[in-house]
Amino acid sequence: MSDGAVLAVSGLDAFYGEVQVLYGLDLTLRRGEVLCLLGRNGAGKTTTLKAIMGLVPAAAGSIRLEGRELTGLPAHEVPKAGIAYVPQGRRLFAEMTVAENIEIGLMARKKGASVREAVLDLFPLLRQRWKQRSGTLSGGEQQMLAMARALCLEPKVLLLDEPTEGLMPSMIAKIRETVGKLREQGVSTILVEQRVDAVLPVADRVAFIENGRNRETVGVDVLRADPSAVKRYVGVG
Amino acid sequence: MAFGPHLLLAVLEGLVTAAVLSLTALGLSLVFGVMRIVNVAHGEFFMLGAVLAWAVANALGGHPALGFVAALVIAPLIVGAVAWLAERLVLSRLKYNPESTIVATIGLLYVIQQLALTFYGPEARPVAPPFSYRLSLPWFGYSAYKLSIIAAAALLLIATWLVLTRTKIGLTMRATQYDSETAQAFGIPVGRVYAGVFALGAMLAALAAVLIVPISQAHYLMGQDPLLLSFIVVIIGGLGSLRGTVVAAVLIGVSDGVVSMFFSPTLAKMIATLAVALVLVFRPQGLFGTAPR
Ligand SMILES: Nc1ncnc2c1ncn2[C@@H]1O[C@H](COP(=O)(O)OP(=O)(O)OP(=O)(O)O)[C@@H](O)[C@H]1O
Ligand SMILES: [Mg+2]
Repeated sequence: MSDGAVLAVSGLDAFYGEVQVLYGLDLTLRRGEVLCLLGRNGAGKTTTLKAIMGLVPAAAGSIRLEGRELTGLPAHEVPKAGIAYVPQGRRLFAEMTVAENIEIGLMARKKGASVREAVLDLFPLLRQRWKQRSGTLSGGEQQMLAMARALCLEPKVLLLDEPTEGLMPSMIAKIRETVGKLREQGVSTILVEQRVDAVLPVADRVAFIENGRNRETVGVDVLRADPSAVKRYVGVG
Repeated sequence: MAFGPHLLLAVLEGLVTAAVLSLTALGLSLVFGVMRIVNVAHGEFFMLGAVLAWAVANALGGHPALGFVAALVIAPLIVGAVAWLAERLVLSRLKYNPESTIVATIGLLYVIQQLALTFYGPEARPVAPPFSYRLSLPWFGYSAYKLSIIAAAALLLIATWLVLTRTKIGLTMRATQYDSETAQAFGIPVGRVYAGVFALGAMLAALAAVLIVPISQAHYLMGQDPLLLSFIVVIIGGLGSLRGTVVAAVLIGVSDGVVSMFFSPTLAKMIATLAVALVLVFRPQGLFGTAPR
């Protein structure tokens, strides 16, 4: 916590069965910042977020939220500690209504109507869709609901896995704007993205992941001045 | 007796079967729906409910209603506790692997059956009905207790439906069913949900057994028929669909009552088996099930 880190991952190893996917990964998320994880397909970005959530066990290393060790906790205790997760591909409870998905978010940390209203003020469109089955929402609406559901936890840390995947530019702008608003409210965010142009406007720092190992972490201004790192780790400039 | 009253009697008998069957099958369907586990020991939870009902009623003595009401509360609770233990000690350690859990529940079937044989014995024993009032219809007299079974099952089904659709517990169960990983990411302790669902499924079977034991008898092998019929109902109705389970139970129960009375019980079983075959061929997801995603 010395440098204002709200979440500190160090030396993290993770496996799927016998196959090792993360090798001694280190990450530091500072309070109130947007840290972007960038890396190729299969680099281990999603696995990193799942390991933080306790959904993939950490074989070695530590994950600390404000100094509290999370690796020993059962997965369902991690969100209660204050980390909210927007999974890749949204993973809504598709058979349930918008209202029920939001309710599940609220139940996680026993939040009530005031939190719900604050979240719906961020995504007013969801009010009109309240009783609709979430599986029938458009892709953009589903992404809004996935974010809204996560924000119902009033999290200290928000994990966003490719929220702009498959969305049109206006929707991407909306998501980006929301991430900016959350930063103003003091939420610290880890944002996984494929494309660097999607993150430069919102991120504070960018951490590159390659083959399950973290490479350098750089500020966005550095990256803007010299985008060579992007080419090196992601393969596009 | 004329044809009309005869048919009415057959339908009433069929509805009693349907009532007990829908409760039992609902338990099986819930467990499969939420946990993706085929519980082969489900019929033994039914048997255990009936045997415990006899034990409770016998231990209490006094007025039959007293023993019956006590059995209606105590037997399902004990059966639920046994199921909960089996889930925590066995199924959860198998990580709910579909094949291993089938083998494990077959083992559980024999363990429960042999324990019943050892401690309860091979006899078939009756439990006195809580009341023995006979309703006199113009054509025949009919046991009021049998009608009350239908009413009790209907109430229990409605209660289960309300819990599933209107409460936070139900929401938690459905979230676990659709996507257990995401459910955990929202603070839902899926292990505990699984244990609860397994216990609830067993308790529904036990309740059905306590209801039926005053008109049948408690016996250590009585779990086999309900298991088979529950599978039939669940296949026809569609797994995980409460509505499908009830519709299929009524269909199977009433056709069983009518065909058994006018033709023969064997023909009734043949028709049920044929219905399963037809459903499997033409609508494998069941009448009310949704195709797998
Ligand atoms: N459930 C799983 N079982 C086995 N291996 C897996 C599983 N999930 C992911 N992997 C493997 O782990 C590696 C990292 O996957 P991960 O999903 O973390 O990548 P990613 O960086 O998120 O990629 P993408 O950008 O495509 O989403 C990949 O090689 C993948 O094949
Ligand atoms: Mg990914």
